[in-house]
Amino acid sequence: MSDLEAPLSQGSGPIHRLDPRARLLAMLFFSIPVALARSDASALAALGFGLLTLTLARPAPGLILRRLLAVNAFTAFLWVFLPLGGQGEALFHLGPLVYSREGARLALLLTLKTNAAFLAVTSLVGTIAPQDLGRALQALGLPEKFCHLLLMAHRYLFVIQREFRRLLTAAEARGFKPRTDGHTYRTYAWLLGMLLVKSWDRAERVHQAMLCRGFNGRFHSLAEFSYGARDTIFLMLAGLASAAVAGLSILEKTA
Amino acid sequence: MNDAEALIETRGLVCGYPGREPVLRGLDLTLRPGERRGLVGPNGSGKTTLLFALMGLIKPSEGEIRLFGRAMTGPKEFAAARLRLGFLFQHADDQLFSPSVLDDVAFGPLNQGLSRAEARRRAEETLELLGLSDFADRVPYRLSGGEQKLVALATVLSMRPEALILDEPTTGLDRETKARIVDILNGLDIAVLAVSHEPDFLSKITNRLYSLRDGRLVESTVEPHAHVHVHAEGGLPHSHDD
Repeated sequence: MSDLEAPLSQGSGPIHRLDPRARLLAMLFFSIPVALARSDASALAALGFGLLTLTLARPAPGLILRRLLAVNAFTAFLWVFLPLGGQGEALFHLGPLVYSREGARLALLLTLKTNAAFLAVTSLVGTIAPQDLGRALQALGLPEKFCHLLLMAHRYLFVIQREFRRLLTAAEARGFKPRTDGHTYRTYAWLLGMLLVKSWDRAERVHQAMLCRGFNGRFHSLAEFSYGARDTIFLMLAGLASAAVAGLSILEKTA
Repeated sequence: MNDAEALIETRGLVCGYPGREPVLRGLDLTLRPGERRGLVGPNGSGKTTLLFALMGLIKPSEGEIRLFGRAMTGPKEFAAARLRLGFLFQHADDQLFSPSVLDDVAFGPLNQGLSRAEARRRAEETLELLGLSDFADRVPYRLSGGEQKLVALATVLSMRPEALILDEPTTGLDRETKARIVDILNGLDIAVLAVSHEPDFLSKITNRLYSLRDGRLVESTVEPHAHVHVHAEGGLPHSHDD
């Protein structure tokens, strides 16, 4: 199953039984202190909450590992470039280059924060089925246009992906093999151009088909949203975790 | 010809695309309750253009469209009329976009203002009517072409439309699926306007055939006639099923 099909939303962990609106609110509470966190302790607390939500979401381990790898491919660069460019106490020397303690600390902080935020988004928002996400965002008062854009982007990404595969297969069926030459670049440019045109047409037809079935900008879904005690408890938990992350940052600053 | 109020009526419809001669040139069409009309014409003759104009997806340059007795003067009128029409697109995968078949079949009823429970019931009933109950939880774009077409038909029928508008309903379908679609359509008591380049299929689901010639409708008649066969069974009594 491709990631575009929102495989996480089809799970059956405890988090899937939470109201999508509660999951979105929890994410909102949590994301602000995590983004602002400056201390290792608060970043660790954030990671703790991220791991907790992950266990509640019970995703397929392979899927999460694959996504974690993708995210940490970026943080790996931080570990290379931040300490090498920075000043301060040297941790060790790489020939003429200094690998600084301060830079490494910063890279660690960013890695912790990135992974904490990633785990929370994946388990809180990634577990909401696309059509429920649109409705939940609308219910929380976000503009309809915004929700519309989000859902359509999701739907069209899939269309574009499929269209590109089809074009590429057709090219390969006629003996196209990518190389490092003008012919390859030209072919890719044409494929991309064609992809754009076809996706546009396709998107228009999908939209027309939706209009024909009475779509008027407002998304509905069959799922029942029911906010209950379970959701309140979870929101309080998310609030506490957010407060802990924020509090630990402030403590460190004042200490 | 009955005197019931026309469901669909066009007068002097002129429609086309910029930089080209219009494909529809003064087209008149009327569809009344219970009528089943088929439209044949080669590729590019304006069949799809006509249907898109009827649904308000293309703006005609001249002429009048009346749906359910009301003049279609703008998007608002069309939006209201669309809730009473069932338009089946030529390509089912343009029509299906939800994560499950049930969600897709419930999309129209939800837009019509049905409650979630009613929409779910309506969707389940429609799937059962078409013999598709086992598909409810399947992912639409994982279905075969024929299955997709049947599901697309379900997404339209679940809205309980007063008229069905079908754009090339048999494109790319095998004989079995075509026969199934004929059965389904003939089991419905509902007005139909269908376009196709397959007169044999159209004659099975409609009772009047028209051709689009020079941007207008011309009534055609179906008569037995002599023809040459390219298959060995040509000498035996047979029908042209596909």
